[in-house]
Amino acid sequence: MSIALMREGLCLPIANMLERMITPMEYFLDEQQQMIKELAARIADERVAPVAAELDEKEEFPWELIRVLADADLCGVYIPEEYGGLGGGVFEQVLVVEELSRACSGVAASYAATGLGTFPILMFGNDEQKKRYLPEIASGKKLAAFGLTEANAGSDAAGIETTAVADGDSYMLNGTKQWITNGGEADIYTIIAMTDKKKGTRGATAFIVEKDTPGFGYGKKEKKMGIRSSATRELVFTDCRVPKTNVLGREGMGFIVAMKTLDRTRPGIGGQAIGIAQGALDAAVKFARERRQFGVPVISFQAVQHMLADMATQLEAARALVYATARMIDSGVKDFSKEAAMAKVFASDMAMRVTTDAVQVMGGHGYMREYPVEKMMRDAKITQIYEGTNQIQRNVIGGELIKEYAGKK
Amino acid sequence: MKIVVCIKQVPGTTEVKINPETNTLIREGIPNEINVLDLYAIEEALRLKERLGESTVVALSMGPPQAAESLRQTIALGADEAILLSDRAFAGADTLATAYTLAEAIKKIGDVSLILCGKQAVDGDTAQVGPEVAENLGWPHLTYVRKINEIGGQEVIAERMTDDGYERLSLPLPALLTVIKEINEPRLPGIKGQMRAKKAEIPIWTAESLNADPDRIGQKGSPTWVKKIFYPESTVTAEIIAGSPSEQAACVVERLKGLGMA
Repeated sequence: MSIALMREGLCLPIANMLERMITPMEYFLDEQQQMIKELAARIADERVAPVAAELDEKEEFPWELIRVLADADLCGVYIPEEYGGLGGGVFEQVLVVEELSRACSGVAASYAATGLGTFPILMFGNDEQKKRYLPEIASGKKLAAFGLTEANAGSDAAGIETTAVADGDSYMLNGTKQWITNGGEADIYTIIAMTDKKKGTRGATAFIVEKDTPGFGYGKKEKKMGIRSSATRELVFTDCRVPKTNVLGREGMGFIVAMKTLDRTRPGIGGQAIGIAQGALDAAVKFARERRQFGVPVISFQAVQHMLADMATQLEAARALVYATARMIDSGVKDFSKEAAMAKVFASDMAMRVTTDAVQVMGGHGYMREYPVEKMMRDAKITQIYEGTNQIQRNVIGGELIKEYAGKK
Repeated sequence: MKIVVCIKQVPGTTEVKINPETNTLIREGIPNEINVLDLYAIEEALRLKERLGESTVVALSMGPPQAAESLRQTIALGADEAILLSDRAFAGADTLATAYTLAEAIKKIGDVSLILCGKQAVDGDTAQVGPEVAENLGWPHLTYVRKINEIGGQEVIAERMTDDGYERLSLPLPALLTVIKEINEPRLPGIKGQMRAKKAEIPIWTAESLNADPDRIGQKGSPTWVKKIFYPESTVTAEIIAGSPSEQAACVVERLKGLGMA
């Protein structure tokens, strides 16, 4: 490039891909998956990474970046082509979430939470519902969200207190949902409410509720430890009338909708975890190569090398499990609760360890906000908590093991 | 409205090596990419299309067969068509012959209302081809365009950056504009565009298909001859002054005094 242009500060906006390491798990990606991963990586490096710290500091929702993802056709990677998506599945979503998380997990969470609100429509929606909602989500014009959690219903989803009472050709919703990712920003919400409390979990129903429906408002916006650019907010329903045509599946299926959705989205949390860990590993290795102590780069010390070696090894193992689980789900098998839980628990515990070690490798620098790893450590923590705490995941795995072995002699 | 964007494929590196015997750039083993300023021209054409509707964006390039890859990228970004001018007879062209050839192709495309070019290419740095294309066609042109304010059936109003500010000018259509990076922020090629680009057919137009005057194309049509390309030889050796900043400053002042400059 000429000196004159360099002086003008002209960067290469669509220059060749940054040189990127190819991980072992990338060798089996098909052409479209490779394209998706590379484009998401490029957006992460060129658009997300430069603003990640600022978004975190200001707790600002990344609308501009959502538009970039929309223009790149990445908002609908898991939505069928007939609804304007790319026709991929959980695996494609994992690839995007992973790459975005490498740069900013808050941005990735906003993207992934739309998937959480969309999978119920994909899996349980009728033709009309799919035609109405999926194209707008696939094009990135609208975001979605999923409302299950309440003040007294988190891990214990059966404790839901939001009610939906049938009234003519609609339901009247009353109650408050808590900690809803994309709350206030999304246009399309999948809400789980009790239509018959006496029936317990069989009395829950899933509804699609649109933003601006009278009686649907927003409450407290949370201030969080990590993923601070994502929006986490209360949803308040006060005599909110939702047409019966917006019921997903049938009345009473709400709990199944929620559980099946979470099974499908947990590998996405795994993707988020491996992305965060990859970002932390990259930063730690780069730093260790540059930082000199006792006259040599600190990476020449075996103590540091062994930490980095363990981080990289654990990361690769988690990636293998998450990818394998996502591909298993996309292959069309019916039951994958155990594997989805394993992918989520293993990857998120790994991310917490790897980001903590990345801070340690970088010492005082790692602890400072000037470097990205302290944010990654804060961001990693939520992956052990949301979409089912890791303790709940172990319950799921344990329960499945009991079922499996009970059937064996 | 039919909009043509002229692009150039350039070496994607800052470390170009020169073959001392032939005085030409060594292009082997160097990845190629679209001249970065041309990306702003493509983006502006796509935005005009979105604004106006009912428009076609045609990307045009002259170059060796591998330049088709850069044209394919314009399809990925959203161009409707891409045409490559490639022929041994075009080789060795300077800006005069290049502009003539591009102008002939634009005549052949026909019914073009607007041509957009990047301000200059990052390898040759001449900034001549855009204006020369306009002259060949007898069209008005504007360089250093930072904004297209209005465009209609008869005229285009655009802002042109100058040293002191900018000028807002109106040109009758058809016209040619060369753009600077202030004009927009180029988009990334989406997945759907990339898939479309993979399948796109990029026609190759030769000298014969253009009906070009053989004396005005390629090396024969190029009055510019490169006599020699060389790296400037470094004849000065630098001296590094050590010490704390204040010691260094004191040392520099002493030296300058010694030279009668302070």
